[in-house]
Amino acid sequence: MKPTRQLLSGNEALALAAIDGGTSAAFGYPGTPSTEILENLARHAAPGLYCEWSPNEKVALEAAAGAALAGGRSIVTMKHVGLNVAADPLMTLSYIGVVGGMVICVADDPGQHSSQTEQDTRHYARLAKVPILEPANAQEAYDFLREGFEISEQYRCPVILRTTTCVSHSRCLVARAAPRPQNHVQFVRNPPQFVPLPIWGRKLRVGIEERLDAQAADAARRTTLNTILPAATADCQQPLPTAPLGIVSSGVAALHAREIFPDSPMLKLGWAFPFPDGLIRDFAATVERLLVIEEGEPILEEHIRALGIACDGKNLVPRCGELTPARIAETRARLEGRSANLPAPVPEAADLPGRPPILCAGCPHRALFHALARFDVVVSGDIGCYSLGVFPPLNQTDTILCMGGGFTVAHGMTQAGEPRRVVGIVGDSTFFHSGITGLLNSVYNQSPAKLIVVDNRITAMTGHQDHPGTGTTLMGRSTHAASIEALAAACGRERIRVCNPYDQAALHTILEEELAADGPSLIISRAPCPLHLKRRIAPQRRIDPDLCRNCRACLKCGCPAIESPDKTAKPRINETACMGCSLCQALCKFGAIATRAGQ
Amino acid sequence: MGNIFLSGVGGQGILLAAKIIADAAANAGFEVAANEIHGMAQRGGSVTAQVRYGPAVLSPLILEGTADVLGALEHIEAIRHAHMLRPGGFAAISRQSLVPVTVSSGGAVYPGDVAERIARLFPNRCYYDCTARAREMGAPRLANTMLTGILSRALADIPLEAWHNAIRGRVPPKTLPGNLAAFDFGRIEANDSIP
Repeated sequence: MKPTRQLLSGNEALALAAIDGGTSAAFGYPGTPSTEILENLARHAAPGLYCEWSPNEKVALEAAAGAALAGGRSIVTMKHVGLNVAADPLMTLSYIGVVGGMVICVADDPGQHSSQTEQDTRHYARLAKVPILEPANAQEAYDFLREGFEISEQYRCPVILRTTTCVSHSRCLVARAAPRPQNHVQFVRNPPQFVPLPIWGRKLRVGIEERLDAQAADAARRTTLNTILPAATADCQQPLPTAPLGIVSSGVAALHAREIFPDSPMLKLGWAFPFPDGLIRDFAATVERLLVIEEGEPILEEHIRALGIACDGKNLVPRCGELTPARIAETRARLEGRSANLPAPVPEAADLPGRPPILCAGCPHRALFHALARFDVVVSGDIGCYSLGVFPPLNQTDTILCMGGGFTVAHGMTQAGEPRRVVGIVGDSTFFHSGITGLLNSVYNQSPAKLIVVDNRITAMTGHQDHPGTGTTLMGRSTHAASIEALAAACGRERIRVCNPYDQAALHTILEEELAADGPSLIISRAPCPLHLKRRIAPQRRIDPDLCRNCRACLKCGCPAIESPDKTAKPRINETACMGCSLCQALCKFGAIATRAGQ
Repeated sequence: MGNIFLSGVGGQGILLAAKIIADAAANAGFEVAANEIHGMAQRGGSVTAQVRYGPAVLSPLILEGTADVLGALEHIEAIRHAHMLRPGGFAAISRQSLVPVTVSSGGAVYPGDVAERIARLFPNRCYYDCTARAREMGAPRLANTMLTGILSRALADIPLEAWHNAIRGRVPPKTLPGNLAAFDFGRIEANDSIP
């Protein structure tokens, strides 16, 4: 045992690697499973390391590019869908390159634990023609980020480091390496390199292909990243001439696969693109049959086939969802023509009630959706806790597209002639991320869509991160708190209504007036997330069993603090869960719900 | 070496229990791989965590049917994940019902025969109301450390001192005496409640 090692998650290891690797500046936008990288960086960084939550991933990537162009090392963090937002600067940054090392940490979410799509970020590495590193655990996350800076500075191009949920959120013992000082920061003018006007951009274009060739040869040599592991069961002193089966894998899937195929040698790729063709050919020559086990798309598999090497892959390995030891055990059973015979959930579990994610007790979004449910409207929602308004008993979201899409999809529906009123909803963090341009468009093009910002004063779903409206930065400094109303007014929006959603009567009146009005309007439904405040909104409520008629109206708001295990028992309010929002009290026609005595 | 699968409901402290188990195994000189599924930030959803330790550990995920220990802070969550446990494996289950909103809204039914199902599924077990006992000890939130104490009985290669040091490193000084007492109670005194 080495006492200096620490038990770290992949995200914690990335934060420490950024610190030890001499990062000058770090940027990002929260998104599961990437969020804890910057949170840990802010917690552990020395004063000379700048870090921030940017309003969105495009801003973050551009800022990180600026830091690296000036010579400093930088990282930028985001989830896979964040790279869609940041794709534009990524493509050009590949051309103009960097001076200080820059690593783009992107966390994919196979299995969609908390994401709208399942994407494989390796596609972006190919598209942008930049290297991508894939650590399998926290130790590799630490080592690969440090190595990523070196590769980035050697080739003067950004490097993508792809984790998955299982890498970001798994722990192992991690040894840190010696820290390195920050780079000297001083921008040096070089227009043919840094200004991609066509005259220079065409030369840069050619240079990228030369860079890719050099990197592919390099990737085949870097044994810290790309390794051939002998069969765990083989006698290392006596290498067999050929093995019946060889595995090619990357990321955490390689660890699962190593346990399921201990008797097969493995080519484990930590630097998978540009493809290390020499290494792939050498390995393939030592095995009779090749099986590619990759999480996500068949990117390695298709390339290996293109090299003229026969292999198995997605014909045996699932393409959708997260790979697990069980799913790879099923792959092995399929390969060997037998049944995997893994234990399935027991019959006693078949009728258990599910526990889907729900809006918390006291959530202000519940109050808004409950009020909205009394109107016949189409609701275009967005990404955030309020996505959960789609579920019964609220049933108040009809479509969700992407960050900022709440406003713009609503606008498009109305302009196409949707006969019902269309309401577009975005959260506060989402508004600053990409809602402002949609709002501006709705004013400019005179949209009849009704826009609502559900403003709970924090980026809640990812675990309460600050944003431009909160007045605090990631480094804990006080700053200007951007005003949604002032921004809306500056865009030209004339009807702006602000209300507290717990005041159901006032909210109902505002909704009635604004939905009836012809012109565009913006409603800001504002109440802070009680989970973030860590205190109750008001005194807790209780149901008086003598006054309760068991009409069950209070259950219609879907509050998890109101318990009713079966229909014959009168509902009761859980005293540890109730946050005192009073929404249930407003629903009770018999006056049975009131504050608890003594509060 | 051991594979420990933990389940519960968001907000109960499953992730802290997983960190304590992982630290204790590391303190005992083992390699460790641990995984946590925390999904979205809201409370009330299912939460699972897995810890594996031994001389060498690769995947952080446990293959179905190979967990040596199943720990559950809510009793139907033990039934939901019963298939993770190997035959003869030990189940540490807190006798607590947390009724999901799918039940209170009328869309599903919370089973009435949980104890019977647990008796049938887990011959090697300790089924004990950790929350009630923790409340008697002054803090219902100590239920997770108490459950950790119960399941520590089945992990004989991690000595007591490794457990205590793990708890010292993970809980604030203010709650340390209570957490150590809850752990020791679980490890030594908690008895299975099914005759």
